[in-house]
Amino acid sequence: MSDHARTLPGAGDGGRTPSDDTSRPANGPARHGGWPLWEVFVRPRRGLAHHHVGSLHAPDAELALRNARDLYTRRQEGVSIWVVPAAAITASSPDEKDAFFDPAADKVYRHPTFYEVPEGAPHL
Amino acid sequence: MDHLLALGDDALVAAQRLGEWVAAAPELEEDIALANIALDQLGAARMLLTYAGELEGAGRDEDALAYLRDDREFRNCLLVELPNGDFAVTMAKLLFLAAYQLPLYTALSGCADERLAAIAGKARKEVAYHLDHARLWTLRLGDGTAESHRRMQSAVDEIWPYTHELFQPDPTAPVDPAGLRAEFLAIVEPVLAEATLTRPADGWAPEGGRRGLHTEHLSYLLAEMQVLHRAHPGARW
Repeated sequence: MSDHARTLPGAGDGGRTPSDDTSRPANGPARHGGWPLWEVFVRPRRGLAHHHVGSLHAPDAELALRNARDLYTRRQEGVSIWVVPAAAITASSPDEKDAFFDPAADKVYRHPTFYEVPEGAPHL
Repeated sequence: MDHLLALGDDALVAAQRLGEWVAAAPELEEDIALANIALDQLGAARMLLTYAGELEGAGRDEDALAYLRDDREFRNCLLVELPNGDFAVTMAKLLFLAAYQLPLYTALSGCADERLAAIAGKARKEVAYHLDHARLWTLRLGDGTAESHRRMQSAVDEIWPYTHELFQPDPTAPVDPAGLRAEFLAIVEPVLAEATLTRPADGWAPEGGRRGLHTEHLSYLLAEMQVLHRAHPGARW
């Protein structure tokens, strides 16, 4: 893993990782010492993709799925849930933002706006 | 209507007990899970007590039945009124309650009383989830550390005697609970075995709840649950 990569989105700006939880300030017990963080993805309807909705703590994948059901689908938000260990996610670093994303800013030709839309194909 | 009160009061008192965990559960996630389960039980209790009040025909609605009866008039089993104890005791109570309610509601969902069948059909799906939740925690605590195993076994031993009352015969009910114990054991015994817990021997079998003879714990629970309505009759949000 490169020095710039993080194991969690936003880890550099206040995000939490399991290892952060065991090294909390001494003003409170490390309540989540053994419980890793999970990222939750919910598919709102058939045909749509799973979207990231938030995170939670759980001791294992089975309970993470149930906790996700209780926390994120109480109001019929979804028909399918994925849970992923937060530690398994490799995220881009805020430090790399310029190098990663700025070069795309002046390349308008990458947008599919230079084509004539054929008649009778309004939803192309 | 006594069989409806038994069902409704089981759900109501279980909901009140589970609600005590709100903001006090071991984890935020578990807090929400227990609150969800409590609200499922409360939802079933409301429908059952409303129906019981209508059958009685004395003008009592769900609130009158929930807030204005004394302990001797409650028909819930003793198991649900027992204090929450530690988390293991709460999970043992939930495991046994759900393993009783699941076959009961399943059988009731096919009974001749259409309204009761509809209530049971809805509650059955909710209770299947309650059972799942209690089962997963029982497995993890029973087959976890030495300390979690000790506390889970102690909880199962403590609560087991109170499961016998659930299956007291009631030939006048649409589904006689006496016939459900085999299904209850078929659910519970494999969970205990997989959790490396010893299934307690059958012996002492405290009962009386279905006749209104409760433990002292119910009075304290009712005092807290009913105080607002009794102090301010008809109070609404």
